[in-house]
Amino acid sequence: MFPLAEKDKSIARLLFSTGTCPRCIFRFCGVDFHAPYRLPYKDLLRELENFLKTEDDDLSLEAAKPPLKKIRLQDEETQIDDQSQNGGEMIAIVKDENVIPEKPYLNACNICLGILQEFCEKKFIKKVCQKVESSGYEFTNLVFSVSFPPQLSVREHAAWLLVKQEMGKQGLSLGRDDIVQLKEAYKWISHPLFSEELGVPVDGKSLFEVSVIFAHPETDEDCHFLSTSCPDCFKPAKNKQSVFTRMAVVKALDKIKDDDFRKKFPCPPNLPKAFCSAVEIQCAHGAVFVAGRYNKYSRNLPQTPWIIDGERKLESSVEELISSQLLTVFKAESFNFSSSGREDVDVRTLGNGRPFAVELVNPRRVQFTSQDIKELQQKINISSDKIQVRDLQLVTREAIGHMKEGEEEKTKTYSALVWTDKAIQKKDIEFLDDLKDLQINQKTPLRVLHRRPLAIRVRIIHTMETHYIDEHHFRLHLKTQAGTYIKEFVHGDFGRTKPNIGSLMNGTADILELDVESVDVDWPPALDN
Amino acid sequence: MAAEAGGASAAAPSLVDRYFTRWYKADVKGKPCEDHCILQHSNRICVITLAESHPLLQNGKTIKSINYQISANCSRLQNKVSGKFKRGAQFLTELAPLCRISCSDGEEYTVSSCVRGRLMEVNENILDKPSILQEKPSTEGYIAVVLPKFEESKSITEGLLTQKEYEEIVVKRVNNRPETS
Repeated sequence: MFPLAEKDKSIARLLFSTGTCPRCIFRFCGVDFHAPYRLPYKDLLRELENFLKTEDDDLSLEAAKPPLKKIRLQDEETQIDDQSQNGGEMIAIVKDENVIPEKPYLNACNICLGILQEFCEKKFIKKVCQKVESSGYEFTNLVFSVSFPPQLSVREHAAWLLVKQEMGKQGLSLGRDDIVQLKEAYKWISHPLFSEELGVPVDGKSLFEVSVIFAHPETDEDCHFLSTSCPDCFKPAKNKQSVFTRMAVVKALDKIKDDDFRKKFPCPPNLPKAFCSAVEIQCAHGAVFVAGRYNKYSRNLPQTPWIIDGERKLESSVEELISSQLLTVFKAESFNFSSSGREDVDVRTLGNGRPFAVELVNPRRVQFTSQDIKELQQKINISSDKIQVRDLQLVTREAIGHMKEGEEEKTKTYSALVWTDKAIQKKDIEFLDDLKDLQINQKTPLRVLHRRPLAIRVRIIHTMETHYIDEHHFRLHLKTQAGTYIKEFVHGDFGRTKPNIGSLMNGTADILELDVESVDVDWPPALDN
Repeated sequence: MAAEAGGASAAAPSLVDRYFTRWYKADVKGKPCEDHCILQHSNRICVITLAESHPLLQNGKTIKSINYQISANCSRLQNKVSGKFKRGAQFLTELAPLCRISCSDGEEYTVSSCVRGRLMEVNENILDKPSILQEKPSTEGYIAVVLPKFEESKSITEGLLTQKEYEEIVVKRVNNRPETS
């Protein structure tokens, strides 16, 4: 059923004569249900022409500028009349007037520049879907984002002023909200076409995004007058990009007064010389997160790649050994590795391991069963004896928050091999076992002072347990607050950590070996490994 | 970390040996034997200390006081550093004085920076207990911590002596000394 009624005729007629396409006419007449927009363009055109045709309309329609004669192919007679009445004004007439040509949109709409003409129809959507399918992404739904050239807002504004004026003559008002937004109508039409073609629903929350960017060669031309009327809306262009961004144009249109606008830009908007073109069709998948816990068994492995002046100082790293496998399997572009704190190159991580999370950026594969993940975990564990992972699982973005919390708030336990300069007996170290919640003050260790601010950190050593080895060695187990520098607590860092094991024992101590025994975070959830 | 080892003496490399390179400046400001030892960390940070041959570290010297007020307007104790880039630090040249040390025998010694860079901190622990300076001159008894400019990290040691060169100088001094009975 044709959605326009008698009351819409004058507006429809006015817009049609200026070169507006049927769907834009619907929008300005407030047609706010989807069905009419989804009919094929050809049919809409035909129905619109029928709707607008009355006996004496033929003549007045012909008189109106500008000529859009190509699409009015049904009326042979009137066309012959056209010629005599409008002299040379006409664009060349197609001779076989009885046939509606294959390409009904011979002129770009003066408001949407083709967006609601060919660019929302099956043929174009199919083309986009072909690109999506060939890109190799795995997805169960999609979100479609589209970007239009800024001057569409200008043309829309011009059309609105025109229609507002016309309705004013009838004693009616027309607010911006009474008009259906171009983007909305576009989505009403395109979403079902995408779903049909790709076999998945369109969902605003989907992680898989298909984006199309439209551009038009006359953008700067059409928007130029705004820079003189509202210069403060436009910042100087970065690189070679146009200064007329969508946001800036919308802002300027809000500011500019109606009469000022009408002076500088044709109302109704003129016929464009070209259609829009889709300059970019892209797809991308939002990041997925994989978490787990890792053990580190090497005393020669850095957390992150150790490269100075382009030269790699130590082979591999914790993050590469874990993430490179994930990168491959998820077919992702890149990764970001984070963990609940970290250990030095020469420190092992024992016990349950340290929580970590890997963000896989723009992954092409996202469907994994828990069995798949288990196998992936085994694969990582077989690939290296320097690290091992457990509890590998897919998690959400809140994983990163858990990492931070673990790093900053949770206690850790350690085992250190301590050397003393003075000869010691068992009884000389027993007192350390009795110290509970010992407060220490640590100035930023010299070994990190080049990249950290100078500060004093107050930390708590919750408990200690000693195991005598010989006159100059003992093993020290300790449970400490997050962020405690253990090595510095043992050797004192030039007396800048006070108290320290050396000062507590009235001598000099040094640390020969350090292991992380536990990171007291119960996240990610333990799995039946 | 150091490899496992037994024994009291430095069988295993000490903290300083593991992370620092020792550089020396002899007869600083022309004063005989007032030798300084600069410990340079692999991250370019320098710890200014007294070398073993410095008069203050010889037997019989008692330190009366240590003063970081090096001029009417400048006290090293007022050095304030903020942020990762250590803004606000007092900038030191090679000859900049760090502190003045007075002894019970009336002698006064000035300790100089020996390297260019931003002053991170001076050792306040030795103010309370000056004897630490003499007991552990290479660790707890350090004088100051200086952060050279990134571009100058290598060049600052150009004017300094290696450990070997310093030891040769010390040997020469002993040989040149007139015999005492």
